Amino acid sequence: MTPGTIFLLAVLICGSTFGEIAMTFGMKATGEPARLRPKPLLIFLGRAVCNAWFWVAIPLMALSFYSLLVLLSWQPISLVIPASALSYVVGTLGAKYILKEEVNGARWAGVILVCAGVVLVTMG
Amino acid sequence: MASQTRLRIKTLVMVLAMVVCANVGDPMLKRGMTTIGAVEVSASGLAHAFRMTVTNATIWVGIIFLIGFMVSYMTALSWADYSYVMPAGAFGYAVLTLLAVVFLHETVSPKRWMGVLLICVGVLLVGQTKPSTTTSPAAQKVAA
Repeated sequence: MTPGTIFLLAVLICGSTFGEIAMTFGMKATGEPARLRPKPLLIFLGRAVCNAWFWVAIPLMALSFYSLLVLLSWQPISLVIPASALSYVVGTLGAKYILKEEVNGARWAGVILVCAGVVLVTMG
Repeated sequence: MASQTRLRIKTLVMVLAMVVCANVGDPMLKRGMTTIGAVEVSASGLAHAFRMTVTNATIWVGIIFLIGFMVSYMTALSWADYSYVMPAGAFGYAVLTLLAVVFLHETVSPKRWMGVLLICVGVLLVGQTKPSTTTSPAAQKVAA
């Protein structure tokens, strides 16, 4: 792996993790829709896009997406997707320490199994 | 107890919507982009690609499904934990493999089957934890 690939992988993982954490802050501040029907969902979306965290999340997620596109043009998918599966672990650490979510042993075990599973599926 | 069950069911519905939308949207986008061909990185090449993209129905269907994914994801995050929704979304890898076997009669390697099994067990493990372990600022406001 070249230093450029490692750098872009770091951008991909950090961009998606921090983007999704910002999105979680935004959605928690927005509050859930009154009902899962079209009108309450539209009202919810209207409130969500007025939240500043939403506009922090979108550029970070876009940065992560474009890093993925560039990485896929440099390296085979069988390398990029397994390496980016690390974002499940980084994301869970972010959820525990930044979002203060309760991540118990079962959730950690599940995340690690999912991460290993994604690596095997992509390489298989 | 009833509220926990309700929370679990609505989170499951949103995660399923995320999986369906992502697994339909991504291949549609790929199919649409393949019909356009390789994009030339120049002002005229990008302008041509943009015109071809916005007039391609398959790409629009793909975009609509990906918007559906984003809306389901945002909705799920409004009540459920990020560390609950994120790994559950990986269930899509397992669904894609099963669809490839059932509908496309593809041969799947043992390594890939093992990966599908690990994802399913992992999602089940995460799924049996509480979907929400924090109180959102919006819910605190309502309680106050």
